[in-house]
Amino acid sequence: MDAGAEASPERADGGETDGGTWRFPAAKPLRLDSGATLAPLEVAYKTYGRLNATKTNAILVCHALTGDQHAASVHPVTGKPGWWDKVIGPGLPLDPARYFIICSNVIGGCMGSTGPASPNPNTRQPYGLAFPVITIGDMVRAQAMLIEALGIETLLAVVGGSMGGMQVLQWAADYPEKLFSAVCIGAAPRHSAQNIAFHEVGRQAIMADPDWRGGAYETEGVRPEKGLAVARMAAHITYLSEAALQRKFGRELQRDGLSWGFDADFQVESYLRHQGTSFVDRFDANSYLYITRALDYFDLAAQHGGVLAEAFRKARGVRFCVLSFSSDWLYPTAESRDIVRALNAAGCRASFAEIETDKGHDAFFLDEPQLDRTLRGFFAATAQARGL
Amino acid sequence: MPAAVREDFAEILRLVRPGARVLDVGCEDGELLELLTREKRVDGQGLEISPAGVSACLARGLAVVQGDGDRDLDHFPTRSFDYAILSKTLQQMRAPRHVLSELLRIADQAIVSVPNFGHWRMRVSLMARGRMPETRALPDPWWATPNIHLCTLRDFTDLTRELGIRVDACVALSGGKPARPIRPDGFLENWRSETALFLLSRAPENRPEAVPTDLFGAVALERPDVPRPPRRKAPRRRAPAAP
Repeated sequence: MDAGAEASPERADGGETDGGTWRFPAAKPLRLDSGATLAPLEVAYKTYGRLNATKTNAILVCHALTGDQHAASVHPVTGKPGWWDKVIGPGLPLDPARYFIICSNVIGGCMGSTGPASPNPNTRQPYGLAFPVITIGDMVRAQAMLIEALGIETLLAVVGGSMGGMQVLQWAADYPEKLFSAVCIGAAPRHSAQNIAFHEVGRQAIMADPDWRGGAYETEGVRPEKGLAVARMAAHITYLSEAALQRKFGRELQRDGLSWGFDADFQVESYLRHQGTSFVDRFDANSYLYITRALDYFDLAAQHGGVLAEAFRKARGVRFCVLSFSSDWLYPTAESRDIVRALNAAGCRASFAEIETDKGHDAFFLDEPQLDRTLRGFFAATAQARGL
Repeated sequence: MPAAVREDFAEILRLVRPGARVLDVGCEDGELLELLTREKRVDGQGLEISPAGVSACLARGLAVVQGDGDRDLDHFPTRSFDYAILSKTLQQMRAPRHVLSELLRIADQAIVSVPNFGHWRMRVSLMARGRMPETRALPDPWWATPNIHLCTLRDFTDLTRELGIRVDACVALSGGKPARPIRPDGFLENWRSETALFLLSRAPENRPEAVPTDLFGAVALERPDVPRPPRRKAPRRRAPAAP
């Protein structure tokens, strides 16, 4: 086939210098783990800093379930600072003055990359449930296409927390030759029964909302806001530790005295309701279904004959750093230790630290001095080893 | 070599082969590993319990795993290192005998240093004062010491015999003086040596079998369809009767 212009990816944005969108045409489809293909494919991303002349300072940041490419820039919908503004920024462990930092919206997402709200080329209507089920591996394959389109051969680092950490592991398994280092924070090598169970609660809440309309709510002009809010509320509890909830709210009341009804009497109720309602402003219910499914399907060992170490067999040249949080019960330290054990068994160069905190899973984007010190040290040493 | 190198580090530096794979158990801030990496180009890995030590190692560009020598050695694959180093902390372990066996499962040779409780200062201090000795090698009072399994040189060599471990080399270290090669079971050395540094190994026929495709990664995942790797220790020779 002629590798002509229509087979080449192209910019599908206003030519911004700090990100934009790449469109991969139908001639270059994304082959999905399910066997389906996705085309045309759009990948939206943001960048911070400048790529150096030798193209050796690029770092890919992978976002978590409800994150997006706005890692260190003001979110266009909420107006809030980026989700990782404690780590990316001047004087921080990932300093744009030194590194070229890329963060892309995962496929299946709702911030510009192709997802269930994107137009289905067959019907010109939003995909809805016609969108194919995707995996963490598919997300990573799309990221690899973006990195290639940006003309980058090797990444100085790929780094991410939670679902982002799983993408990091998948990168190490699928594209070890493109990585110099990999930083996996608060993640797991597979989803546990408990992880799947919590996600199922969220999905059922969305699907039980009469406005979900079998996933076709966009064409019918409604949104399953109540269901998505409940899904977020349930999930949010898993991101915090019991100690953090207790310290933050205890049994504090919203007003003096009880209402003797079902208003949000307790501050923790009001907090969760706020988390739920503000979430629906910036997130799509079908995206939530698809991305939680991708997480549930994630089992890196199963992709490699049941042996996790096999996933890292070709990644011996990659410098790994695995971090966990002592109070994270969603992806507990033991699961990070499984990763480290497999890395050791595969003969990889791996570091591991458990960050002492009572803030639970969400600690990875909160102000944690030990996390800051650890990332700072690791990236500085990595950059030095790369000759930066 | 800079003059400020600790005497035991200098000795370890002398023992380690260039380019070897080294595991430093209780590597603290990574000073020794950095020295070995710089001077001997070793492929180093640290195990350290304190968060501050781990951060310091990462900042030095070293590979370090946060963990506890008492608990986490079984995470390392069999014979994945040439040397396992345990510097002055065996006496602080809950199960020193198990740790010693583990070091020689993970690595072909172990470099272990132990303070000698049979040193004359200890004996004299105990005899004269009738109290637990507090010396420059072991300065803490009994109620604050981290040392829960102290031994003499003779005790230690007895244990190596019992475990079928060979002593390939032994040097005495005493407060800044140059290292002095000794016979570890010598009567006089047990009086004279403040600290001893051992290079230990198993006879080749007693070494555990290296598992080239160690299935360790699968163990924790408990997949019923995947056979568990054997976790059995190497067959040990019965300890020979003491001479």
